[in-house]
Amino acid sequence: MTRQTRVRAGAAIGVVAGVLAVAAHAGPDDDDLVINGEIEIVTETAAPEHIEHVGTIYSGWRFRSDETQAFQVDDFDNPSMIWVEQAEEVWNTAEGAAGKSCASCHDGSDSMAGVRAVYPKWNEDAGEVRTLEMQINDCRENRMQAETWKYTGGEMVNMVALLSAVSRGIPVNVAIDGPAQSTWEMGKDIYYTRYGQLELSCANCHEDNYGNMIRADHLSQGQINGFPTYRLKNTKLNAVHARFKGCVRDTRAETFAPGSPEFVALELYVASRGNGLSVEGPSVRN
Amino acid sequence: MASGVKPRVKVPKTASAGETITIKTLISHKMESGQRKDDDGNVIPRSIINRFVADFNGQNIIDVTLEPAISTNPYFQFEAIVPESGEFQFTWYDDDGSVYETSKAIEVS
Amino acid sequence: MELTRRNVMLLGSAALAATGLGALPASASLAEDEIAKLTGGAETGAGDLKITAPEIAENGNTVPIDVSAPGAVMVALFADGNPTPAVATIKFGPLNPSHEASTRIRLAETQNVIAIAQMEDGSFQRASAEVKVTIGGCGG
Repeated sequence: MTRQTRVRAGAAIGVVAGVLAVAAHAGPDDDDLVINGEIEIVTETAAPEHIEHVGTIYSGWRFRSDETQAFQVDDFDNPSMIWVEQAEEVWNTAEGAAGKSCASCHDGSDSMAGVRAVYPKWNEDAGEVRTLEMQINDCRENRMQAETWKYTGGEMVNMVALLSAVSRGIPVNVAIDGPAQSTWEMGKDIYYTRYGQLELSCANCHEDNYGNMIRADHLSQGQINGFPTYRLKNTKLNAVHARFKGCVRDTRAETFAPGSPEFVALELYVASRGNGLSVEGPSVRN
Repeated sequence: MASGVKPRVKVPKTASAGETITIKTLISHKMESGQRKDDDGNVIPRSIINRFVADFNGQNIIDVTLEPAISTNPYFQFEAIVPESGEFQFTWYDDDGSVYETSKAIEVS
Repeated sequence: MELTRRNVMLLGSAALAATGLGALPASASLAEDEIAKLTGGAETGAGDLKITAPEIAENGNTVPIDVSAPGAVMVALFADGNPTPAVATIKFGPLNPSHEASTRIRLAETQNVIAIAQMEDGSFQRASAEVKVTIGGCGG
């Protein structure tokens, strides 16, 4: 059996299991997401060519219940916006020895529309692939002469949420070739490597079994276009590396650290699996 | 005053006289239930928003008593009749004695 | 009967019911106690009072609910499986046309959300909705 058909067979079993368990929906539903009645979000599109085993990619939004989905339709109903507003204040507030704010160089935060969509991104001067978080801390350290933020700390995740919010609706489009290619290859290796006592790779859940139930929950494709994510579970914004850490820990493995080269590479690879979906963060998930 | 508490409300700026409008309100607040324990096993004391009131020109729209079962960042959506131009007043009462207020003007044509 | 997992579970619950252990959990009567205190033991009828909640909540921390109580001066909400059943008490003022409100609540487990409305004539109405609270697949 080829890998492709195995995936399809798995989805069919998922439908049956779902009906037996709680008669809930299995796999992605057919709902459309338009935020504030104006930002159209692509939640389903053809998979990028580099993905070998999946034909269509879906935002995690499509795997959630109608009630959870509704949180994201109006920014007022999306609790993430509390912290986006806080980040907007920080954006305009001078900090550090250089007496600069983000706005001193970049003008309004909406001038950053599209930036989230292309990160992680190769930085020629630094000679490395950088995440948005790394770039933010570079700005803070070198341009503002301010203290850097903790990689998945509150200030950082708020700022990433603001930069995502102004890019919503723009398709994710990270570059995977040229100087970024070796980092991307490293990320792909991690994605397909089984970790932990449970010997699970990212692909075992999010490629082989998306749409199936994992206990009482539906597995999504693990797309990261919706990060940072407000989770109903912990009622706060969650950074993508914090989510990676949680996943690896759940395989009962020693995890990589947020901001580590491994997670930066994994972020580039996972982001590239969502090339073509809209930037959707800050999203709401369970 | 608990830290990071900020009220938000969404009210239309204009309406016609006697029109029914929808109001959404949310206040950022952790709503510590009094049911949780810290890492040392001690109960974390209850600290919640215990009352929310919405008025228009001094007349009441809704008056809610909140218990710890209301989720973090308390959210309410409800409707109001707008008889004339004026101001909505929204008030949240915290267990710690703090009172958070915000208001929104509406123009009736 | 073939001993499938489902049948074994059915047998189990039948046995519980037979021994009386399957009766209402203690917390349910806690909610009923509070409701009796509110109504003074008066009858609660059905009417236009309506409570809308998801059949299945993806997370018990934040469950969106809506209560509509036309003709009511006050509606009280209870969750009969929470450690403390009271959820909220909503009074409707003169500028409230619909006597409807939406909020988000915490549910510790699968249980009933109960609304008790006090009508203008002093009578009471009762409505409830069962919400199944699921446990997420991953802790992360």
